[in-house]
Formats: sequence, structure tokens, C-alpha cells
Amino acid sequence: MIDLREAVTRAHHEEWARVVAALTRRFGDLDIAEEAAAEAFTTAVERWPADGVPPNPGAWLTTTANRRAIDRIRRENKRDDKHREAQMAYHDDPPEPVGAIDDDRLRLIFTCCHPALAMEARVALTLRMVGGLTVPEIARAFLVAESAMGQRITRAKAKIKAARIPYRVPSAEDLPARVSSVLAVLFLVFNEGYLATGPGTDPLRHDLTAEAIRLTRLIRTLLPDDGEVAGLLALMLLTEARRTARVSAAGELVPLDEQDRGAWDTALIAEGHRLVRERLAAAVAGVAPGSYQILAAINAVHTSARDMRDTDWSQILALYDQLVRLDPSPIIALNRAIAVAELDGPQVALAAVDRLEHRLAGYHPYHATRADLLRRLGRSQQSRAAYDKAIELAGNTAETAYLTRRRDQLR
Amino acid sequence: MQYLVSVIDDKSNPGSTDRQPAISAFNERLIAEGYWVFAGGLADTAAATVIDNRGEQAVFSDGPFVESKEYLAGVWVWEAPDLDAALKLAAEASKVCDRKIEVRPFL
Repeated sequence: MIDLREAVTRAHHEEWARVVAALTRRFGDLDIAEEAAAEAFTTAVERWPADGVPPNPGAWLTTTANRRAIDRIRRENKRDDKHREAQMAYHDDPPEPVGAIDDDRLRLIFTCCHPALAMEARVALTLRMVGGLTVPEIARAFLVAESAMGQRITRAKAKIKAARIPYRVPSAEDLPARVSSVLAVLFLVFNEGYLATGPGTDPLRHDLTAEAIRLTRLIRTLLPDDGEVAGLLALMLLTEARRTARVSAAGELVPLDEQDRGAWDTALIAEGHRLVRERLAAAVAGVAPGSYQILAAINAVHTSARDMRDTDWSQILALYDQLVRLDPSPIIALNRAIAVAELDGPQVALAAVDRLEHRLAGYHPYHATRADLLRRLGRSQQSRAAYDKAIELAGNTAETAYLTRRRDQLR
Repeated sequence: MQYLVSVIDDKSNPGSTDRQPAISAFNERLIAEGYWVFAGGLADTAAATVIDNRGEQAVFSDGPFVESKEYLAGVWVWEAPDLDAALKLAAEASKVCDRKIEVRPFL
């Protein structure tokens, strides 16, 4: 029984996107593809225990889903004769060559992450159509009511159909912008798992970080030459490697300088470092790195150090300087200031942080960073006020617990 | 596939008024490349009249956009193979008109 459940789970992970993608191309309709794929997996759960797992689960699922889709179209055609001609045109398409399968999954990903869709719709649609998560699972992940999440996905599919968002891989000239739209979706899913925003959920959501990594690996397989895809995957792996060390037994977030580095996942770190080295070689050859590659390099420096003092802060600051030139966002400037504090002391860093006030007043890490710098400068009263503000704005339970302890330790 | 392409202006921050030659040139290109179906600029929102004859007698009033900050300044109808093609043209149209552009598919 356990083997069977494993077989279904594995088939779901490996084949869901393939089945949905192939059906979407054949029938030109995300709705039909999604429903038929879901039915095929339900049928597998019912039939495989008695019939055994088929030798090629992917082919079995695709065939079953195809039949379900055709059944549905026939049912609908009885209701709507005019529709039939349009749908029959798809049936007459010759079967695509086998090599096109990977392109199908890419088509699916680019369609779900199309820039004409709102960011939250892209996230939901990608997790459903590419990731194969159920609507209730996605709703839980983002603390949204199931009906609202269902509607979000339905509306996005309707927009794709009504506005005719194309089902294809973008042309070479559009590719970088469109890949970055896909990566932004995956990074958002990862970050929600890395530091969940809501107080009503676990502080770290391994299900979300794992899903984001799985999908990024898939895109890496499909676009092996894209440096930013490699960069984002490395960034995720090097972050995920520290997961178990990031929350204490008491449920408190553990900052980098207090983490037990022996608890870091060495296999993930090794894989992340390999990717960073690969991108460094490309940079040496003259390919300018994008933001994810630089962020990955910063994390590679952290994960190469035995402890906080051993960290090569001048290297980290140089990388942040490079990042600021690409992305002048105040959040990058804030993180850069943390490196400045290690090199030039908290006074210099505080001056840099204070300059960001008008842009980051509602962002809790701004107040948490100020609180820490003020504490190191012995300005307890101001530090306490900054901790209060950070606690008020932070939603993550483990982070709130950490900030509260730090505040209460002030003298 | 046809798209209604609306030019949106903003009363508090209007686009520049010297765009007509550039728009004409852009229209020529739309025609030459087969996208052009229809185009027209609109008079000021103050010139609009709304008629509501759902009740017992027709009631006349000003248009709903007289008070609003953003309003429709003109429209195109384009024939394009898909949204990507329409959006690419719309990005150019926004530069050419110096205004925001909404792309909306016909049913």
C-alpha cells in the first residue's frame, strides 16, 4: 500500500505538469486540461491498487486524461453544436513529436506567469497548473478562503481565454523579461515559505519552499543556459540549507550570527556553491550577472564562513554595491547597511539606515535593523522604541518572539 | 481576434498635446501591417450626454466621466493574432500618445 501511495505521489510530482501541458496544447483550453488531469489522477488512485502501477505511468495518465477531455468536449458539444466545429479542429491535429513535451511545460509556465495577469493570480495559477497543488492547498498556503482562491484561479483562466494570452514560449527578444516574470512568481512562493507573513501559520513553511525549489529545478532543466534561473535556484538552495537552524526549539527565529552552523544542510550548500561557481565562471567570461546571481553569491559567502567573524564582509559589501547598481531598491540598501555595520561599525550603518526612513517606515525589517544597531550603540531607549515598532509590524510568530526577547533584554 | 484599445488621459496630469503627427504616422503603420480596424479621438467629456430611457420617460444627464480624474480620450480597434501582439503595439501606442492604454478583447 505504501509503495502504491509513493507511486501515485511520484507520478503526480513528475507527470502532473506534463499531462496538463500536453492537454492544453491539444485542446487549447486550460480548464479542460486541468479537469481532465485531475480526473486521470483520481482514476489512478482507484485503479492502480487492483491493476498494479502501469509500466509507464506518464503515458497511462496522459491517455486517460485525453479520454476524459474528449468525453467532456463531446458532452458539451451536444449542448452546443456551433462549438463542435471549433473543438473538432483540435482533434484533427496530428500528434506532436515526442521531443515537444518539454516545450509544452515551458509554454504552460510562461502562460501561467504572463505579465498581463496580476501577481497573485500568476502565483495561484502556477501552483495549480504547473505545481499540481489543489485549490484548498493553495488557499491554505496564502491564508485565503478556498472559494476566493478558486475564483482567483477561475478568473485568471477566463482572462487567458478571453484575451487570448498565447500558449507559447516567448521569442528570444522577449525571453529575458518573461523569464524574470516567472522567477518573480517562484521567488514569492519561496519567500512566503522562508518567512511566512501571517500570525496564524507555521513560521517556516517547508511545503512552500520545497515546491518553489522543485519548480525552479524544473525550469532549470528546461532553460539550462539561463544564468538568472541558476542564480535563483542557488539562492533558494543556500537559504533552504539553513532552515533547521533558523528556528529554536522554543519557536524563536535565530539570527545568522547565533545559528548552529553544524545544523546546516551540507548537501544543499554544496549544490548551491556549485551553481554559484558556474555563474562566476560565466561572469569571468564576460556575462554580466543579474540580481538573483548576486544574491546567491552573497549567500555563498555566508555559507562558506565558519562563523559570523570568519565571514568575508568586504566581499559581501562589494556584492551589495554591485546589486545596488542593478536594483536601487531601499530594501537592498537596508541589507547593504547590515554589511556596513560589520565593516565600519554600527554608527556608520545607522546613518545609512536612517536615510531610508521615508521609504521603509512600514517595513518591519527596517525597524528591526535600526533596533539592533541602536542596541549595539548602547542607545537602549531608542532601541526599545524601534523594537516596539518592529514587533507591531512583524507578522511572523518566530520573528515576533525573537524581537520581543531582544527588546526585553535591553537594560 | 479584435481588441478595443482605449487611450486613457488624466485631467490632473494630462499627456502632451503635440502628439497628432506621431499618432498619424503610427496609424499609417497599423494600416500597412494589417492591424488597423478603426480609430477615433473623442471630444472632451463635458461634451458627452447620457440618456436613460429605462423608466417612463427619457432622462438626460452629463456623462459619468465629467467628474472623474481619468477618462477615455480616444479608441482604436485592432485586429491582432493574440494578446502578446496587441500588448506590443499598445506599448508603442502609449509612447506615441504619451498616455496610458487599456487593451480589452472583444467577445
